[in-house]
Amino acid sequence: MPKRVGMEVSLAASEAACAADADLIAAYPITPQTHIVEHLSELVADGKLDAEFVPVESEHSAISVCVGSSAAGARTFTATSSQGLALMHEILFIAPALRTPIVMVVANRALSGPISIWNDHSDIMAERDVGWIQTFAENGQEVFDLVIHAFKVAEDPEVLLPIMVNLDGFTLSHVVEPIEILSASEVSQYLKPYKPQMVLDPKKPVTMGPVGMPEVYTEARWQIESLLRGSKKVVVRAWKEFSKHYGRTYKPIETYRTRGADVILITMGSVTETAMTAVDGMREKGIKVGLVRFRLWRPFPIEELKRAVTGVKVLAVMDRAISYGGQGGPVFTEVRSALYGQSGQLQVFGFVAGLGGRDITAAMFEQMVKKAIRYAKKGKGPLYELMGVRER
Amino acid sequence: MMDAALKDFKRFTPKTLPKMEAIAQGHRACQGCGEVLALRMALKAIGKNMIVASATGCMEIITSPYPQTAWQVPWIHVAFENAAAVASGIEAARKVLMRKRRIPRQRTTIVAMAGDGGTADIGLQALSGALERGHDFVYICLDNEAYMNTGIQRSSCTPYGAMTTTSPPGKMSIGQHTWKKNVPAIAAAHGIPYVATASPAYYTDLMNKAKKAAMIKGPAYLHLYSPCPTGWRHAGDLAIEISRLAVKTKVFPLYEVVDGRYILTRKIKKPKPVKEYLKLQGRFRHLDEETIEEIQQRVDREYEALVRKAALAEAE
Repeated sequence: MPKRVGMEVSLAASEAACAADADLIAAYPITPQTHIVEHLSELVADGKLDAEFVPVESEHSAISVCVGSSAAGARTFTATSSQGLALMHEILFIAPALRTPIVMVVANRALSGPISIWNDHSDIMAERDVGWIQTFAENGQEVFDLVIHAFKVAEDPEVLLPIMVNLDGFTLSHVVEPIEILSASEVSQYLKPYKPQMVLDPKKPVTMGPVGMPEVYTEARWQIESLLRGSKKVVVRAWKEFSKHYGRTYKPIETYRTRGADVILITMGSVTETAMTAVDGMREKGIKVGLVRFRLWRPFPIEELKRAVTGVKVLAVMDRAISYGGQGGPVFTEVRSALYGQSGQLQVFGFVAGLGGRDITAAMFEQMVKKAIRYAKKGKGPLYELMGVRER
Repeated sequence: MMDAALKDFKRFTPKTLPKMEAIAQGHRACQGCGEVLALRMALKAIGKNMIVASATGCMEIITSPYPQTAWQVPWIHVAFENAAAVASGIEAARKVLMRKRRIPRQRTTIVAMAGDGGTADIGLQALSGALERGHDFVYICLDNEAYMNTGIQRSSCTPYGAMTTTSPPGKMSIGQHTWKKNVPAIAAAHGIPYVATASPAYYTDLMNKAKKAAMIKGPAYLHLYSPCPTGWRHAGDLAIEISRLAVKTKVFPLYEVVDGRYILTRKIKKPKPVKEYLKLQGRFRHLDEETIEEIQQRVDREYEALVRKAALAEAE
């Protein structure tokens, strides 16, 4: 049985890459991702992980090294945050096109400006449409488990797409939690060595990354879209298998006290634990509220979401990013769009909170729920609401 | 270090040219392209056991319009500015996979290739990073002195006075008004074991340098002169003639930097006037005598500096 140890969550992310026997790590330091790559370089330096640690000169090169490494057949890991993720943007589109199953941990952080090292989801929400599988962790154990799961899914011959595992910067990455750390041999029962389907090998020359003329570009991009959509069954299968091995069960969407709920709060990431406390408090007061959390964000789990909110009248969706000049936060607009035309009187309201490290309290969740109930009674609410913003 | 790596080095002669081709004929380069010629020679010299990481650019688009490919060796293209980083990843991955006995232990030459824009401008950071980290790879810069693939825009390798679509001569301009960036010197400043310039007009020299670059361990940088009839506005049959003149006028000197020591591989004792080189190319047609003289003086000065560096190395 694996032992539970008190460990900083960043280190658990590194330990997961180590237990997965990653062959190559390329990374550039950025707060709050630093502890992850520091620990990985230690593990390599101490001979605990037999891997190449490539200390690149930028995140653009970090992801480029990862693409080259994965194309050469190595199990490849990286981690970044915020500006670093933004600098990778160009290559993020190319990695799925080249079918490179890279695993990347993103310690979510606000984007500049003003420059902020603190947590929100504006970095990852700007990379929604790059063609990567994206999962969000709630706690340290989940970070460890999702990294292991990520390799399993990414390297599945039916998938061969890169994956980002998201964890909240500081509020999750820098806290110490009791975490069950699986050993490499325990992980090896679940995660088999990577068998690449196509590699750069002088004995069997292949051309990777050719020019896509108008006659083929559409089909090439459709292939990525189909693969990404199709990956959901592999994601779910891999979680089921994970549960058989290690006893912890994961699903694309997590629900909490949704039975008999009139109102449902929708969240992502580590703030969900605060939301659970808020839900408990409101239930005690007699408010029939439940909670839904996205663990899988890409591919978007439409059916699971629909099932989770069946019979509910009001949704209060929380975002940790602004879609500037748009119609509300990205999670809100996607949820509303997914549920458009559902039978019944479902009303969906959007709230943005916790930008650039601003605290999100249980009281704030209660406010969101109460506002959503009020708007629903009136039959209309604002486009979306930025919680706690000072106008002056 | 060099001596040991080059123990088995044998020079190419016109009689011992390998038949192997990395790029099949039938690619889509312009008529008379000097760049694909320089690339072909370099890759012939390196041989079949290689993996190529290519930047976006002329050589990438002419060889890989899907579903066709001209590449007979493994080849990958990711983006414009990251050929050196992609090559770093391939090299490091193979290193660890060999160590973990997942692929057979065999030395494969990892080649990164890019144009002058992909090297001197947008790709300079990735190149510097890869050279500094010491990956065992060969970086080939194919210098045709402008962004030819996008339609002849100036780069930092465009020579002084040259006309490009973004350095047009006009009432207020002589054309390109900056001097060519010295990328081989930047590469050499990283303290890497091997840097060389080469020209397709001296093809055995080019091939020998490419072979050396592949044989030595650690990063090697090759700067290959690559005439572009389309962008330089010269006749399609003049690429070699112009390449030769570039050397004979000292505009493009041929040298190596071996472990930091400069070696002139072709000494120009009786140089031809720079004017002879300029006049064959439409991109310099607008230049007046005064500017040509200015270029001549700069070329002389730079060549002298190179000769001094080589003399210094010889004296050591």
